[in-house]
Amino acid sequence: MKRKAIAVWALMLALVMVVSACGGKDSGSGDKVTIKMMHLWPEGSSKAQYELVQGIIDSYEKEHKNVKIVTEILENEQYKNKLKVLSGSNSLPDVGFSWAAGFLEPYVKGNLFAPLDDLLQGDLKDQFVAGTTEAYAVDGKTYSLPVELNIVPIYYNKEIFEKNNLKTPETYDEFLNVIKTLRENGVTPITLGGKDGWTGSFWYMYLVDRLGGSDLLDKAIASNDFSDPKLIEAAKMAQDLVDMNAFNKGFNGLSNDEAKSEFNNEKAAMYAMGTWEVPNFTTNTDVPQEFRDKIGFFRFPTISGGQGTSDTWVGGPGVGLFVAENSKVKDEAKKFVSYFVQQWGEKSVTKAGVIPATKVDTSKIDLPPMFIELLNELGSAKKVTLYADVQMKPVASEEHHKLVQALLGKEVTPEQFAKKTDDTLKAGK
Amino acid sequence: MDRVMSNKWIITLYVLPSIILIMAIIYIPIVLTGYYGLMHWDGVSSMTFAGLENYTTLFKDGVFWDSVKHSFVFALLSTIALAVYLIVAMVLAGNIKGANLFRKIYLLPMLLSSIAIAQLWLKIYHPTSGILNTALVSIGFADPPAWLSDTKYVLGALFVPILWQYAGFYILIYYAALKNIPNTLVEAALIDGATPRQIAFSIKLPLITEVIKVTIVLAVVGSLKYFDLIYVMTGGGPNGASEVMASYMYQKAFRGFDYGYGSAIGFFLLIICLVATWIIRKLTATKESIQYS
Repeated sequence: MKRKAIAVWALMLALVMVVSACGGKDSGSGDKVTIKMMHLWPEGSSKAQYELVQGIIDSYEKEHKNVKIVTEILENEQYKNKLKVLSGSNSLPDVGFSWAAGFLEPYVKGNLFAPLDDLLQGDLKDQFVAGTTEAYAVDGKTYSLPVELNIVPIYYNKEIFEKNNLKTPETYDEFLNVIKTLRENGVTPITLGGKDGWTGSFWYMYLVDRLGGSDLLDKAIASNDFSDPKLIEAAKMAQDLVDMNAFNKGFNGLSNDEAKSEFNNEKAAMYAMGTWEVPNFTTNTDVPQEFRDKIGFFRFPTISGGQGTSDTWVGGPGVGLFVAENSKVKDEAKKFVSYFVQQWGEKSVTKAGVIPATKVDTSKIDLPPMFIELLNELGSAKKVTLYADVQMKPVASEEHHKLVQALLGKEVTPEQFAKKTDDTLKAGK
Repeated sequence: MDRVMSNKWIITLYVLPSIILIMAIIYIPIVLTGYYGLMHWDGVSSMTFAGLENYTTLFKDGVFWDSVKHSFVFALLSTIALAVYLIVAMVLAGNIKGANLFRKIYLLPMLLSSIAIAQLWLKIYHPTSGILNTALVSIGFADPPAWLSDTKYVLGALFVPILWQYAGFYILIYYAALKNIPNTLVEAALIDGATPRQIAFSIKLPLITEVIKVTIVLAVVGSLKYFDLIYVMTGGGPNGASEVMASYMYQKAFRGFDYGYGSAIGFFLLIICLVATWIIRKLTATKESIQYS
């Protein structure tokens, strides 16, 4: 009896396996290709980018009937985490987005990304703004193709400035005066989400840049030497801003999103953030028109006696497309990436308000004035200094976030800040 | 049935699925964690053997020991809080009016997911527009603290929602244990003229000691490995002031790409939990267990 039952079960199991195996074969015999793609623009928070990606995918699928593109969408931080987890099990999506330099390096060292130089020499030759793909190159090979270029202006609320009889500052003294006036009149001058250390890093980077010139930080990170007195002085100036109450109350416990909402609710006058926010101040119809009209931007002011000029920016290429090295559909994925980059360049500024890393002919397209201004600023920019945390290796980058938070929270002195940064850079992780 | 159960092969067959599952998702990862802890590994490229280097770094890592301290403070507080839960449960089990309703009220926070609780308390603690600071300002505090960004307050501010979250769970356990005590015992004590206090401390309490022991272990181990609310609300910041062992491990492994070091922390955390459990069992060991009847 028992033996019979087991035999029946075994037979059933075998049948199920046969049936499912047949099923598998059927779907494989056609030329259907499924490309898995992960991106970081959820419909809720980045609608324009989401629709743009969706549009490109739709038109690609229309042109290539056999290709199906499956997307998985996660918000920025979760996206980064998931990518790390997936890489641990060597199951990255066929196509996805990576950040430049320090973020990319371990993936390249782990043989997870495929080099894309054949695309750069072929379909996409001379399409990119000079100097943008370099940030994704390791040992002379390029592993990601940038789709964004961002700089960090200081956005300000024109209405608040007018009410307080302020004009946009050009020197640091004027800037301090703006902060003082706003505080006296009961307005939060600057909103900052210090819980996300990278937002505080913008302020520190600009202070270093204006004080010590545009190459100081790059050199310090490249040579693992953070002992230059100018770096300490900039840290001191950052703490002076905190002492002046320049930032919103309790900023170190707030995330960037919470800080942004203070600016969007007009509770704070200034906000330094990447140009990925520009659509929210120009084209995004979900944001009230009257608010969008109130927002302008200015360059970080120059410091008298400092070596920096106002035409250098903190910024860098944003995310770039990678193709997974162990992808089963690598060639198809590469074709899609190439198509994506070309489509994106044409549409991203006009539709999503994203400044692409590919060249755009601004004379032909109709754009909101803020974009034209920004593109002009980029055109005349002397240098774009790549974000410090992107330049650093992962452990150092994480430590930098914490240290900036501690610096602005006044839990470390400027000297300790520089010393600890120096230590983590020297540790080489 | 007895004949089936006496067959060793059948027993093996029935036990096998759960053993495989537990091995695959608990014991094998534990062994692997111990192994990774001996490696230099960024999670992406290939591993190199490091010996005990991760552990020696760990013992010298001030931030780690701070996180251990925070975890233990938290474990201590949760254990003390158990006494409060026990009192609440005793009151509820004492057939007071509306006990049923109160039990449900206490249990409600448990039904919320940690992330929802974190978002809720983030709003409560918001430095300018949060309900807590708005209330404080309205009763005359000109400059209430920014709870989550001040290193002095952040740990305390985090404990409140965490204790709140688990209160219902322990109250429910105690309530069930108290309800399980046969009424005859209480009635007999009443007839012998015992006061309510005597009934509580000399009859009910001894009868649920086993349950209390279990809850102490649960509370301590749960606190030592606690992660979710802290991760969402502060991420261990500012400047590591609210870092606990699990959040520090996560930070090192998944944010800093240092899987070797993260694994070492994880393995150490496991050992600490085991030792803590063993010590609690030793401390609370009684010679004889008290029976209901």
